[in-house]
Amino acid sequence: MHRDNDRARMFSRRAVLLGGGQAALLATLVGRMYYLQVIEADRYATLAEENRISLRLLPPPRGRVLDRHGRVLAENRENYRVLVVAEQTRDPNATLDGLATIIPISDHERQRVLREISRKRSFVPITVKENLSWEDMARIEVNAPDLPGVVIDEGQTRFYPYGPDLAHLLGYVAAVSEAEQTGDALLQLPGFRVGKAGLEKVYDLTLRGSGGTSQVEVNAVGRVIQEVERKEGQPGADVPLTVDLELQRFAAGRLASPIGDDPLPPSGATVVLDIHSGAVMAMASSPSFDPNAFNQGLSNEDWRALISNPRAPLADKAIAGQYAPGSTFKMAVALAALEKGIVNSESEVWCGGHTRLGNARFHCWKRGGHGHVNLHEAIKQSCDVYFYDLARRTGIDRIGAMALRLGLGRQLDIDLPGERGGLIPTREWKLATAGTPWQIGETLIAGIGQGFLLATPLQLAVMTARLANGGIAVRPHLARGGPLQSGPNQMPRPEPESLGLVPAHLRMIRDAMTAVVNHRRGTAYQARIKDEGLRMAGKTGTVQVRRITKAEREAGVRKNEDLPWKDRDHALFVAFAPVEAPRYAASVVIEHGGSGSRTAAPIARDILRETLIRDPARGAPVAGSLANGGEDDRG
Amino acid sequence: MSRDLAHKGRFSLGEKILHINWFLVLLLSLPAAVGVGMLFSAANGDMQPWALRHAMRFAVGLGVMFMVAMVDIRLWMRYAYVFFAAALLMLAAVEIIGFVGMGAQRWINLGFISLQPSEIMKIALVLALARYFHSISMEDIGRPTILIPPLVMVAMPALLVLRQPDLGTALMLIATSGVVFFMAGVRAWVFLGTATAALASLPVAWEVLHDYQRDRVLTFLDPSRDPLGAGYHITQSKIALGAGGLTGKGFMQGSQSHLNFLPEKQTDFIFTMLAEEFGMLGGVALIGLYTLILAFGFAIAVRSRNQFGRLAAIGITSTFFLYVFINIAMVMGLIPVVGVPLPLISYGGTAMLTLMFGFGLIMSVYIHRDAVIGPRGSSSEL
Repeated sequence: MHRDNDRARMFSRRAVLLGGGQAALLATLVGRMYYLQVIEADRYATLAEENRISLRLLPPPRGRVLDRHGRVLAENRENYRVLVVAEQTRDPNATLDGLATIIPISDHERQRVLREISRKRSFVPITVKENLSWEDMARIEVNAPDLPGVVIDEGQTRFYPYGPDLAHLLGYVAAVSEAEQTGDALLQLPGFRVGKAGLEKVYDLTLRGSGGTSQVEVNAVGRVIQEVERKEGQPGADVPLTVDLELQRFAAGRLASPIGDDPLPPSGATVVLDIHSGAVMAMASSPSFDPNAFNQGLSNEDWRALISNPRAPLADKAIAGQYAPGSTFKMAVALAALEKGIVNSESEVWCGGHTRLGNARFHCWKRGGHGHVNLHEAIKQSCDVYFYDLARRTGIDRIGAMALRLGLGRQLDIDLPGERGGLIPTREWKLATAGTPWQIGETLIAGIGQGFLLATPLQLAVMTARLANGGIAVRPHLARGGPLQSGPNQMPRPEPESLGLVPAHLRMIRDAMTAVVNHRRGTAYQARIKDEGLRMAGKTGTVQVRRITKAEREAGVRKNEDLPWKDRDHALFVAFAPVEAPRYAASVVIEHGGSGSRTAAPIARDILRETLIRDPARGAPVAGSLANGGEDDRG
Repeated sequence: MSRDLAHKGRFSLGEKILHINWFLVLLLSLPAAVGVGMLFSAANGDMQPWALRHAMRFAVGLGVMFMVAMVDIRLWMRYAYVFFAAALLMLAAVEIIGFVGMGAQRWINLGFISLQPSEIMKIALVLALARYFHSISMEDIGRPTILIPPLVMVAMPALLVLRQPDLGTALMLIATSGVVFFMAGVRAWVFLGTATAALASLPVAWEVLHDYQRDRVLTFLDPSRDPLGAGYHITQSKIALGAGGLTGKGFMQGSQSHLNFLPEKQTDFIFTMLAEEFGMLGGVALIGLYTLILAFGFAIAVRSRNQFGRLAAIGITSTFFLYVFINIAMVMGLIPVVGVPLPLISYGGTAMLTLMFGFGLIMSVYIHRDAVIGPRGSSSEL
């Protein structure tokens, strides 16, 4: 018994030790709790909240683009995407196999999907294919029980119902690039699109709207349990244009019709303006492209084809194509001379086919010459010798100043990206770029719109509009009512000012332009509009692309049609109509189109005629084009 | 002296019921009730699927405890080795017929109930060691050779459990055995030597560990190593604890638990849930409750007049302590994640039965505290 007493005593002693040890360990637990739950509580409370609440952006629907009658030019379409959620399928490969029996899945796409699955957390949906048709979507939906992990998502994509007809005007949208990230969280949304070209780019902020937010409570796998708070965003605003959809489609189609022996759509541009407001009625560049292809992801092949095409489908030649204006520039030279009083309607010049300056000969397009010509005849028959003489006497400074007043040589700030300014050369410019002083011969060449001169089709149309509207400095614009409030240009459109041109001078020019088209000996008589009341006035322009050497000239100038396409002359035509009460101005430029009278003038005629037929002011009581202002955007 | 001495611990059934420590029964019922409440919360305010079954299991557990308590302590001592051998056989059987549950072979299916032999072994080993050391005198215990049989008794189940593989249970078996060795009077230098040897063999042990076990150890040392993988449990558990703060978010208000950021909230991580909803105050209160139960266990052990009772009571109490400490230390990121439930609160049948069986033995020790037992089990020696 006493032996057991010894053991009991030792047991008690050691029990105290053991109990103390255990108490100490439990105290450690309490200390740890104090550290976690009191000292570090704030940090962990924040972490728990971050775990719990997830902020989700609600992308706003993009605004539409409308024509002047409210017809939709750019809209959003339902787009079905098929996604796969890895955690919901045992074997992603088998799921993809099943999916591949319904929709085509390339090896490349399969590799990408499997790669993304391995990189991302298993509950994150991975896009397999976008832009599915409703039929595909329905077939996948029906087979859903055999396709574990497959999810169908409904999104919106941009759609341009008229594709190539408005491609250069509307531009297109595409995924946000790194450089475009402004800190707006919307831009970081996967799949969010911004305007990359055209009106989509200029009015991107207006069309975009602002994103809403949804605070949702999520569980550990990111599944939404409930919405805690929702702030609705602002949907993008619609942008109404001055463009008439039907006219635009007509113009684009007419411009793109093949000419002569050339089977391809010609390379060129056309612009139709309301001469009183500067509103663009139609504006097209050829060849065009389908902007919808950019939304659906362009294949490499298609992209290479687009950028390697020598006729540059992606370039908007109406605003970014720069051409020597050729004879269409003669009105500017004439106005400058008239303003200085160098000539009057009676002054004549004798054209013998060429003129001399020192040792150099400057040729008229007509080998035999025009004989005695006054200003009216010189414009009507586009006599070069007359304008060599006029330019020499007026001087490059005055000609350049007049060109600038008429809208050439500077950007017109139309609401499109990528507009070019053309070029009106000055003495300073020549010295600065070439390092040599201005030569008088260069003034002569400028007199017939060649040499250094460059103008865009838009500038030519604006020049014509300013001649036709009595010298009012209208500016071209596409958005109805001028640049929109939230657009990049916050300035309201100012009332166009007068250029201070003498009405009598303008009348002379307009009469001469009327004769160009409507007089039997006018250069564009073949392209006249015969309908009474719809007659147009215009001016042809044919611009040499290559120098004609002396040897060639002596051997007899070769016909344009015999030259390779890229060596043929550019064909230009500017016009306004109707002649009695001008309302619309148009310009047509066809690269390497041959002659202005034969190629460009008929196109301009057809487009202007269509414009006049569609003129909402027509049919109103005769008195004039201003009687019915309902559809006019000048207000 | 008293009536107890006269009877030498032999009571009628009625007397035994009278001698049950009812206060200890109350103490055990409190955490079980907390468990029901927490499981109700874990199911988002539903008695299904856990809370009701937990309550029923505790009721069954109480019945088991009473039955075990009624059995004479001498009888337990007599059959200690048999019990141990049976547990060892079952453990070996797991290797053959056990099925894989929770990624490890730990269960044996008897048709009507799934048994976890390793849990039963925790009790059986304590009883076997208690019986062995009961018969060893204070003088003999200093002889190294005396320690060989009990070491074999520990090594056999520990190795089997390790093979399953269940590192946590193996360590618990070894730790509990260590406590029994210590309390039996094994010399202090033996422990020092063993500790030194254990430290020295750590590199070897590292090589033997399974990948997932190494992973757990590494993640324990640096939870940010894999925040979405193995470290996820610890990180989310710490976030939940910290978010609970001093007073907690309120019953059923724990966002971490209810949004499923917390893994296995109804089993191993139930303490985290409790501490998120009731804060540090709730957690400390629970630890206080456990401490009281432990104190009762110690008191009963010290009060017993036979070495078998003392060692069995202290061994089982220490097992209980290890459950509590390992579980809470784990969820707070103090030790690596090991699958040990929080006693009386975590959902799980075998652990509940094992624990109540153990408390039944402690109760038996309490009821038969004055029984005097000879070295070979005779009760007549004076």
